[in-house]
Amino acid sequence: MSMIKITIDGQILEVAEGTTILEAAKKIGIIIPTFCHHELLDIIDGAACRICLVEIEGAKSLAPSCAIPVTDGMVVYTDSESVRSSRRTVLELLLSKHPLDCMTCVQAGKCKLQDYCYQYGVKSANFNNDDEKLDKPIDHTNQFYYYDENKCILCGKCVRVCSQLQQVGAIGLSERGYNTHVAVPFELKIKDSTCVSCGNCVSNCPVGALVPKRKEKFRYWETNKVKTTCSYCGVGCQMDLLVKDNKVVEVQPSDKGLANNGLLCVKGKFGYRFIDHKDRLKTPLIKKEGKFVEATWDEAYDLIASKIKVAKEEFGPDSIAGFSSARCTNEENYLFQKLFRGVISTNNVDHCARLCHASTVAGLATTLGSGAMTNSNFEVLNSEVIFVTGSNTTETHPVIGSHIKQALKRGAKLIVAEPRRIDLAVHSDIFLQITPGTNVALFNGLMNVIIDENLQDKEYIEKNTENYDELVSVMKDYTPERVAEICGIDAEDIRKAARMYASVDKASIFYSMGVTQHSTGTQGVMSISNLALLCGNIGKESAGVNPLRGQNNVQGACDMGALPGDLPGYQKVANPDVINKFQKAWGVELSNKVGLTVTEVMTKGSEGDLKVLYVMGENPMLSDPDINHVKEALEKIDFVVVQDIFLTETAELADVVLPAASFAEKEGTFTNTERRIQRVRKAIDCIGNSKPDWEILMTLMNKLGYDKVYSNASEIMDEIASVTPSYGGISFDRIDQEGLQWPCPDKDHPGTKFLHKDGKFSRGKGLFKPADYIKSAESADKDYPYILTTGRMLYHYHTATMTKRVEGINRLFPHSYMEIHPTTANRLGLEDGSKAKVSSRRGEIITTVTITDKVEEDVVFMPFHFADGAVNYLTNSVVDPTAKIPEFKVSAVKIERIKD
Amino acid sequence: MLKDAKIENFDDLKIIIDKHRETPGCLMQIMQEAQQKYGSLPIEVQDMIANELNMPLTEIYGVATFYSLFTLEPKGEYNIGVCLGTACYVKGAQAIIDKISDKLGIKVGETTEDGKFTLEATRCVGACGLAPVMMINDDVYGRLQPKEIVEIIEKY
Repeated sequence: MSMIKITIDGQILEVAEGTTILEAAKKIGIIIPTFCHHELLDIIDGAACRICLVEIEGAKSLAPSCAIPVTDGMVVYTDSESVRSSRRTVLELLLSKHPLDCMTCVQAGKCKLQDYCYQYGVKSANFNNDDEKLDKPIDHTNQFYYYDENKCILCGKCVRVCSQLQQVGAIGLSERGYNTHVAVPFELKIKDSTCVSCGNCVSNCPVGALVPKRKEKFRYWETNKVKTTCSYCGVGCQMDLLVKDNKVVEVQPSDKGLANNGLLCVKGKFGYRFIDHKDRLKTPLIKKEGKFVEATWDEAYDLIASKIKVAKEEFGPDSIAGFSSARCTNEENYLFQKLFRGVISTNNVDHCARLCHASTVAGLATTLGSGAMTNSNFEVLNSEVIFVTGSNTTETHPVIGSHIKQALKRGAKLIVAEPRRIDLAVHSDIFLQITPGTNVALFNGLMNVIIDENLQDKEYIEKNTENYDELVSVMKDYTPERVAEICGIDAEDIRKAARMYASVDKASIFYSMGVTQHSTGTQGVMSISNLALLCGNIGKESAGVNPLRGQNNVQGACDMGALPGDLPGYQKVANPDVINKFQKAWGVELSNKVGLTVTEVMTKGSEGDLKVLYVMGENPMLSDPDINHVKEALEKIDFVVVQDIFLTETAELADVVLPAASFAEKEGTFTNTERRIQRVRKAIDCIGNSKPDWEILMTLMNKLGYDKVYSNASEIMDEIASVTPSYGGISFDRIDQEGLQWPCPDKDHPGTKFLHKDGKFSRGKGLFKPADYIKSAESADKDYPYILTTGRMLYHYHTATMTKRVEGINRLFPHSYMEIHPTTANRLGLEDGSKAKVSSRRGEIITTVTITDKVEEDVVFMPFHFADGAVNYLTNSVVDPTAKIPEFKVSAVKIERIKD
Repeated sequence: MLKDAKIENFDDLKIIIDKHRETPGCLMQIMQEAQQKYGSLPIEVQDMIANELNMPLTEIYGVATFYSLFTLEPKGEYNIGVCLGTACYVKGAQAIIDKISDKLGIKVGETTEDGKFTLEATRCVGACGLAPVMMINDDVYGRLQPKEIVEIIEKY
């Protein structure tokens, strides 16, 4: 790129061609004022506010520096008298309509209009005309923020953020000239718009027009910012917690966020009020005669230690099991499995990845050698074709969903294969509305076409893969016609999708639980991997196989060995060298017997073979399939410990409950879905008597006779790095500003943006592992004639322990609901909003009906977040034989109207 | 089209959209033809254009409210546009408007109860030589005197 020499305010500098004057000035520390500028927004509909005007020598008039690229020899003045006077005029014009109420305005201290008026000495509007002052009503209808049109300066930034970055387009500029205003179409209220409450407009509003609803009064200058990683979902958004008086009062996206580009979703932006909710557990509780009694930490520790000791002595270490937590930090997950393996001497440690991506970890490790997302979040922006299957991305990973939609605007094509007409399906080029549980058939059908039409990447296959012949022979039977019948779609669409996927250089696949949560989940994952290998779509930028991980640190919890067969870094317990290595590192004896999975713990528990269960930050009483069975197991296990931030449905059944600190109260790291290890920072003191999970685990280890003491989380990470090759180069110092992506084997390694580069797989070559389509364990029949599939929704997170305590969210979605097709509803006499009884072979619940054509006839959908009408009373606990993941996605149910 | 006419048939709109959808920048053309068809661009029409073109409704609504020739409300059978451009204004266009208001009992921007006339003040219609100018649908009346108004309107 050629360099251009320019002079700004007397300083000569060289910048790359295409740099704007604004950017060039910034490079030498000259900050030009802006209202509407945002570095990620397209300038074509920008340059609206005119506060960034500068003087260019030889030009007839002042020019907007945000929109003008530099030219060779350009001489610019950013602060000449004519510039200053024009800025004053702009400010005076803005003030002519703007209320002068800074003393009571909540935005004071973060308001650019206020700051610039101060900077340029503008006290009042010279063009003031009281008749022109607006007196528009404030729109309070959104649960999380309000819109005060009277304060809007019409810079249009919110509109551009909403349409270009969030890709929702809920608000726009309507009318023109003096009447121009930001509005929802047809002047409806915000609650009636397509707004998804992401709050990115609010974060970017330069004045007090779009403002978060808040409970406490504070001034921005009274707060301090603590940069941390969001504790919802696997995207790993970087954000700042604003803290005043030991209380988080607001959340803003962090400027630099390699995972989220300055965007947040409704949960990240507005879902922080659980942190100091009155329901937080503040002291240990011990159950006595069926009732919880407050206890001291020492009483609780001693009781737990003695119960563990007795069970270990009497029934052996394998009578004890633990569920680690995908919500806790890497350091805590590491200590949890160390406690179980090193101190209790059992590999009975697992966590909820068993319920979401166990099949990914098993499947991709087999075919590629590594069970994680191959590429990075932002690479999707340059994908040519994006294939989304089994993921409702815009709701479950909202920021990645927005990036997928941004890619579409840049010209990418989108294929969606899903049982529901989700938001992305509406924006797709090809939508395959498949019957739940027919993924493997679909992937096979796509591969059949690609092989049949010679669209595969033969050179890549030859050089980098093995077992291709078996793939060809298995795929032969999956003609588009046969697959179309299995999946309930059109054969021609299968052909079109296959051609579209195979026709470009960079095609990426995004998938999630719609693929993994089946009794054939591992085959589904391996089939995706086959498809990508077939077209040479692994090992390059903007392509790959991308499992979107559900919880904030589910990737990290797996990495840290919270799995019954894996020590940290997926080092197998079955490998004697691995056992030797860890015995030496930890100075203890280790068991080489693979432990019990979450699902197996429930079976063993209900059979009476388990004596102690330790649950950290998990809620199986809502999240696991067949809740009646879970309850039976938990009641049968002699001693249950639950360590959590709230008294969850599971904690209610515990014998001891330990109050843990939330993510805002501790130090540590989370590893997001793209393998990026990022810092979590303490913003406030622990609530009540709660303690960070790692401190609790360490104390228990010590009580059980293992004397290792860590003085902070950083020391734990150093130990992790010393025993985990893929984390070898990670330390708190190195990731202080920006996270690193594993594998990062040593201190000089820059981290790995995408895996399997140049056909080098961690297992050697990429392995084709073809699978035949097998039907789901249950299908609709005479007694249970409908197929129920489950999933998540935008506003709630997992079992809603946190989100239901965020008032706005709870007001919007307080209880469970079931999406049902109008025809099915009509047949059953159900109306929108009416109550229905839904039952399966395992249980029954009552829920509220939502009629929508998002689902197909005879298929119903329910989110699993809610305790009230919990769908997991109905789901099937049958598991995938390899990964032991339950088949949440397909249950046969019966639906009955409840008469009022 | 009468004021409270309901849109019953969207097939015509689909035909209009399909005719233009491949042309870059087709939105204005579609909106114009849709308005000709339905008399205005109510939410149902804009919604359908948005869905068919996979475009946010805000963008369409923004265009619809930006251009004064688009309307969200149905207009009268006859649209009376009195030019308020500089030349017409100087030549007494305000008196023409007042006279029409008087005669029809409506203010600028309103439609008569029977749905027959809508009165609008327009920007320059490009016939300054004939100032002051009034248009009733496609008929142009120039060099107007207020006393001629009643007779002209009664022709409709």
